[in-house]
Amino acid sequence: MEIKNVHEITININDQPYTIGVQAHHTLLDVLRDQLDITGPKECCGVGECGACTVLLDGQAVNACLILAVEVDGSEIITIEGLGGSVHLSPLQQAFIDAGAVQCGFCTPGMIMAAQYLLNTYPEPTKEEVRVALSGNLCRCTGYDRIIDAVLSVSRQQKERVK
Amino acid sequence: MAKIGDSVKRVGIEDRVSGALKFAADLKFNNILHVKLVRLDVGHARINAIDTSEASQIPGVRYIFTSEDMPKPMPLYGPFYDDQPIIAVGEIKFHGDPVAAVVAETEDIAEKAAKLVEVDFEELDGVYTVEQALAPDAPLVQDPSIRVRKDLAQTNIFEDWQYGWGDPENAPADFVIDDEFNFPMTTHFAIEPHVFIAAPDQDGVLIRSTVQHPFLLQRVISNTLNIPVSKIRVIPTELGGAFGGKGYPKFEPLVAFIAMKLQQPVRLRFSLEETFLVGRRTSSSIHVTAGFMKDGRLSFMKVNADFLMGAFSNASPRVVAKAANAGCGIYNPPNASIYARAILSHTIPGTAFRGFGAPQFMWALDSIMDMAARALDIDPLELRLKNIPNRGEVFLHGEKACDGDWKEGLTKAAEAIGWGSPLPENRGRGLGIGVKTPAPATVSQSMVRMHHDGSVTILVGTTEMGQGARTVMAQLVSDAMDIPMNRINIINGDTGVVPFDSVTASSRSTVFMGNAVQRACDDLKKKLVDLTVKYFEVNPETIEFIGGQIVYDGGTINYKEVLTAHYGGFQGEVIGLGLYKEPLLKDHPLKGGVSFYEVIFAGAEVEVDKETGFVHMKKLVTVGDVGKAINPLAVETQDEGGAIMGLGHSLMEHLIMDRKGRFINLGALDYRIPTTLDIPEFFQSKLIENMDGTGPSGAKGVGESGIIPIGSAVGLAIAEATGVFFHDLPLTPERVWKGLQDAQVSHSHMGKNFPQDDEGGKKG
Repeated sequence: MEIKNVHEITININDQPYTIGVQAHHTLLDVLRDQLDITGPKECCGVGECGACTVLLDGQAVNACLILAVEVDGSEIITIEGLGGSVHLSPLQQAFIDAGAVQCGFCTPGMIMAAQYLLNTYPEPTKEEVRVALSGNLCRCTGYDRIIDAVLSVSRQQKERVK
Repeated sequence: MAKIGDSVKRVGIEDRVSGALKFAADLKFNNILHVKLVRLDVGHARINAIDTSEASQIPGVRYIFTSEDMPKPMPLYGPFYDDQPIIAVGEIKFHGDPVAAVVAETEDIAEKAAKLVEVDFEELDGVYTVEQALAPDAPLVQDPSIRVRKDLAQTNIFEDWQYGWGDPENAPADFVIDDEFNFPMTTHFAIEPHVFIAAPDQDGVLIRSTVQHPFLLQRVISNTLNIPVSKIRVIPTELGGAFGGKGYPKFEPLVAFIAMKLQQPVRLRFSLEETFLVGRRTSSSIHVTAGFMKDGRLSFMKVNADFLMGAFSNASPRVVAKAANAGCGIYNPPNASIYARAILSHTIPGTAFRGFGAPQFMWALDSIMDMAARALDIDPLELRLKNIPNRGEVFLHGEKACDGDWKEGLTKAAEAIGWGSPLPENRGRGLGIGVKTPAPATVSQSMVRMHHDGSVTILVGTTEMGQGARTVMAQLVSDAMDIPMNRINIINGDTGVVPFDSVTASSRSTVFMGNAVQRACDDLKKKLVDLTVKYFEVNPETIEFIGGQIVYDGGTINYKEVLTAHYGGFQGEVIGLGLYKEPLLKDHPLKGGVSFYEVIFAGAEVEVDKETGFVHMKKLVTVGDVGKAINPLAVETQDEGGAIMGLGHSLMEHLIMDRKGRFINLGALDYRIPTTLDIPEFFQSKLIENMDGTGPSGAKGVGESGIIPIGSAVGLAIAEATGVFFHDLPLTPERVWKGLQDAQVSHSHMGKNFPQDDEGGKKG
């Protein structure tokens, strides 16, 4: 017999409120992808090592595969879909395109969210700080160099805008 | 308009950065069932009985398939040899060989039920290394009755190959050196794990799969399940990286069978750990004997290569046959012998992996060159320059001559890392060479449809896996028809829609499919000229295609006007067809010759911490001999990605087995791939474009080459930094440290103090 084990949670995802029932053993990633069809966050390793599922949880970058859905009741979540759609790209999304930082694109949503968190918290990171900040996000296509360039270019743009 | 040589933006890239692009696991289907495989935690075992009674009682479980449910005799499949059963029968032959497939209404239920399937099994002795597989009393991995090479059927040698020229046995030499070099099993680690989806489709089957080669899969399914090709439709999903790991058929025959049997759609989604169990790079031990004259010219090379394949052949024999054919790399000894064996074992099937056997050979060949350089007191760059061919010179006898300026390329790579300038202590530099050839005698067909408004749809069998094929093909059409990229759409891969293509592999697509697309544009243009002449009384000799218009001596006509004149407006289309193939040569050992050489050079500089064995990458530069970069940014970034992937097998990546043949480092926690912290301080990819390839505007294929020379460049830089030559990749801190300790103890001279492997996997 399946034990009924559904908990109701209220969350705000990309500025949309949701009140949903979630299974106790399902992760935030399971709920986003399977229940809500928000598939920007990807599943690769499932153990918090690859960063493909990175989202912002109350402003913090987290691996959605490591957090149980019941834990996020009352939280605000931003996924890649919340940064801007394919028509209104965010500066970071545009920078990834311009720098040649995307090949297959499977790691890209998580990579961009991790980079966005860095820029939100350290708007002018050094190259070394970008490397450290993105070290939890695996990419097998690009060799990373252009990704780092993309993040640094946004930091430069923002600086120029302030001047 | 995009031109050949422009770094145009990738087609569809906005969807990749916005999260909108749907990969296989993102697709939702109504009424779909979920499959979970049951595997045993052992390398080789006899299956006595499978009890599914408890698992079957879980609500939501629909069916549990074992070999009992399959046709008898069990259908066998494979891309080159039919030797893999759809599901294990009586015996599992490697860690990960599935014994049952649970089909349930949700993934959760399937997973829960799979744990309740009870398998009564008896562990059997297995062969997990080359030595074990070749031992006189070794158990045979495959049933001799299904073996193609009857002369080898009573051994675990699946197949062997002998290539060569001249008389290496009697060639003179002033100096002879020989040694052996090992290359590990590695896993592709595309960030997207595998997904297989199948659904009944009229009286056939529709397969959506993370597959690079939809037409090859279609053929294999047809052969395995005995269904006509026309009844099988394969749609490759958007691939989140592939690298050869998604090339050849995996579990599609199983899901196709289940979907047809249950007459319902089914999905099998693998975790990363399960994806590791699907295929791997073929590990190798390569022994090289090289004879040199005093001046450093090679007199002969004898190369003996043992490749450890898995329990089923998949693409392994082809990897070995093809890589061994170029088993001296681009070195050109006047006398050569190359003997290679593909050896069966109770391990994960070896398959295609970026470089297709070439990184294994080059690690051995470049290492021998540096050892010889040291012994002969000749600079390693100079020694290489003495032994690589000039343009037009035959080096691989019986094949196409050298088609590039390779000495220029190698010199550029050396210069880019400051070759010859003094280095501080604990630093070293190394050079590596990469060469491989595309799949011979293959076929690409394409269709370019011009719609009534003058916009164009391209149909090609080439799949997009991040390499940028979609962009390159659209760019070729934009260039040929002189229309903007945003007037072009491209459909890839769907066998029900697009014309035939052999494979998306071996760096062949830009050349083979690129030519086919250009030829389709030529065909389209010819038809447009005919229509223009017919309706507008224009002298065909004067027609040019400029700015998306037909320009002739008296004026211009746009494409839409031509189609309107012919079809009456808002209907009809003009279709251009293109074909590119290279000849099947029945007497050639690979059944076809070399279209072009994919050659690359790498230079590395490292700093070694002798206390810990940690290798710090200071510089890494690649110089690709690409003929013509259709899209330079795409080419450079392919080489960069390949190089960093190569850094993985050079410094950290290897699959490790325990004594029972169980893989103990499955998944991202225990199998390390490079991160942002591992990349070199100075990293550059350079291109040489001499328009000397067989593709559009003289393009050669790229994509695989980046990975090939990295083991050599990095490993030999470490050798220079430490004074010790290493023989086993990857050069983890432990191995480097131990190598240095052993060298200190032995006080041997350079080149003789070879570190021993510390993980019991010396062969294989």
